[in-house]
Amino acid sequence: MSESNPSSAPANRSTKFSFNRFRRTVLLGLKSLWLHKLRSLLTALGIVFGVSSVIAMLAIGEGASYEAQEQIKKLGSQNIILKSLKPTANDKGSETSSSRVLEYGLTYDDVRRIQATIPGVTVVVPARVIREFTKKRNRRIESEIKGTVAWYPEMRNHKVSKGRFFTDLEVTAKSPVCVISQSVADEVFRMEEPVGSTLKVGQEYYRVIGITENRGSASSENAAASETETAVYEVFIPLTTIRSRFGETIMKRRAGSFEAERVELHEATVQVDELEQVINVSLVVKDLLNRYHDKEDFKVEVPLEQLQQAEKTKQIFNIVLGSIAAISLLVGGIGIMNIMLASVTERTREIGIRRALGAKKKDIIIQFLIETIMLSVSGGLLGVALGISVPYLVTIFADMKTIVTFWSPAIAFSISALVGVVFGIYPALRAAEMDPVEALRHE
Amino acid sequence: MAKQPIVSLDQVIKTYQMGSVEVRALRGLTFDIQEGEYISIMGPSGCGKSTLLNILGCLDRPTTGTYRLGGQNVSDMGDDELSDIRGLKIGFIFQSYQLIQQLSVVENIEIPLYYQGWPEEASREQAKQYAARVGLGNRLDHKPMELSGGQQQRVAIARALVNDPLIIFADEATGNLDTQSGNEILAIFDELHQQGKTLAMITHEPEVAERAQRMIRLRDGLLESDVRK
Repeated sequence: MSESNPSSAPANRSTKFSFNRFRRTVLLGLKSLWLHKLRSLLTALGIVFGVSSVIAMLAIGEGASYEAQEQIKKLGSQNIILKSLKPTANDKGSETSSSRVLEYGLTYDDVRRIQATIPGVTVVVPARVIREFTKKRNRRIESEIKGTVAWYPEMRNHKVSKGRFFTDLEVTAKSPVCVISQSVADEVFRMEEPVGSTLKVGQEYYRVIGITENRGSASSENAAASETETAVYEVFIPLTTIRSRFGETIMKRRAGSFEAERVELHEATVQVDELEQVINVSLVVKDLLNRYHDKEDFKVEVPLEQLQQAEKTKQIFNIVLGSIAAISLLVGGIGIMNIMLASVTERTREIGIRRALGAKKKDIIIQFLIETIMLSVSGGLLGVALGISVPYLVTIFADMKTIVTFWSPAIAFSISALVGVVFGIYPALRAAEMDPVEALRHE
Repeated sequence: MAKQPIVSLDQVIKTYQMGSVEVRALRGLTFDIQEGEYISIMGPSGCGKSTLLNILGCLDRPTTGTYRLGGQNVSDMGDDELSDIRGLKIGFIFQSYQLIQQLSVVENIEIPLYYQGWPEEASREQAKQYAARVGLGNRLDHKPMELSGGQQQRVAIARALVNDPLIIFADEATGNLDTQSGNEILAIFDELHQQGKTLAMITHEPEVAERAQRMIRLRDGLLESDVRK
């Protein structure tokens, strides 16, 4: 032992919790956690799974609702779609007695009335839908023949991928032209170029002038799937042409008997100028139509309403997920608290030693609290990493669209930190409240 | 001996509540310890030795009576103030060493400085110097488990000295050691005494107590004898 007294360095006894001190406490905590690697890992696992499942589920939910909303948006959020509806049996009782032809649906007069009486309504796209066979040589398929006007694709977000849609002039001239959907082109024109060639629809021939993209496919990713399964065979013909060629009455042969239907318009689209007015206008339209239709032979569809419904569904979904998240993080937090309480008991002696050597209660609280927070925060970080990679894998393997929003990992992570604080406080207080004398005697 | 005593007890009484029974561990102790004294406190078990050490070491407060340490009345101090007193003015040496197992030798020695807010480099330097003083300069990064009992107790001594305390309390410091290691520890105590440190050790072994310059005997919570050599 040397005689030289070590210099009594100027004891900078600031009670301030400096950054340096914080760093040392963190290192100390890491050392303690590292001492029980497996235990720390298992404890943090609760938080890892809590956080990652929240992020993953939100991402999948977000992706699903995004797809639904895209589909609805394709219908046009400023549109109101009117559709003719075949009346139910009890409604048509009176009709059959007067004539053999079933008359129902929207009429040209309805469209005229809407255009004339409701302000803020710019375009009304009438459309007539007939199911007919389209033929090219020996290939024939049953398709939807849609008589409509020139601005139909623009309003309904249909994209013309090849050629063009028919013009106003062709509509006025009742030109025998048609635009077919990609599905029809694929099915009927297997080996030749559709645009420019002719197609037989019903008994008449039409010149194909354009091809539209298939409807019903939300994103380009799964377009391949819908092409074969759900694609609708659509053929668009000028409204005037369809009227003159097919007339208003359609005869159908069904199980030996004839059934005649007379429908002027199958569909009409009303575009409202202002987005805020869409719901109101839809009510007015409904009212107006009700006045001239004594049967329930039409239906009003409002994509915006569906969009809002989808938003609402998404909100409910988020609330459910939020509760699951809260519960899983709560369970994780309880797990952490449990282990920390055990750790406090196990380290009673250490606490006693530290207290005897000058640690204040506050110092002990901070030490254990930081340890708990580190446990939960590292669990949170692992959880975020896992939570971001799971949706990625889901997209790759399950072919589902997933969207990881910025805020979901952020919120999940901050909640995990909060869990550390909340569930760390009690064990830390327990540690600090120990009697140093008792703690030193603890075996 | 005209100087102010380092420790001054005046009618210190300590009672515990053990269930419904009131245990009177100390029944009115009055004595002083002067600077540079080397004293031993003896007595049969249950005589109140441990209780006295807890009070002297500011780990516990007397029920009544006053205790002055370095002129400061510590008998009615708050918890935080007592923590500071322990960290600044007192060095502890325990029978079972009381080292933190996951920390290295030098880290264990540093603990009192850490809680006094010493900067990292300065405290590390100070701890190294004291480790060298007790002959453990080459074992700085060992864990307590890797050391012998005598070496562990020397770490504890370095830790008790590192904050340059007013007084060092040793509680059965040689109780867990074999004779040779025990003698080494007692040799260090002698050296500390020669350097002018104030030491108070609790023991039940008369031959250990003999090495001190003053011997206090307790019996049933009262002072039985106080002999100066």
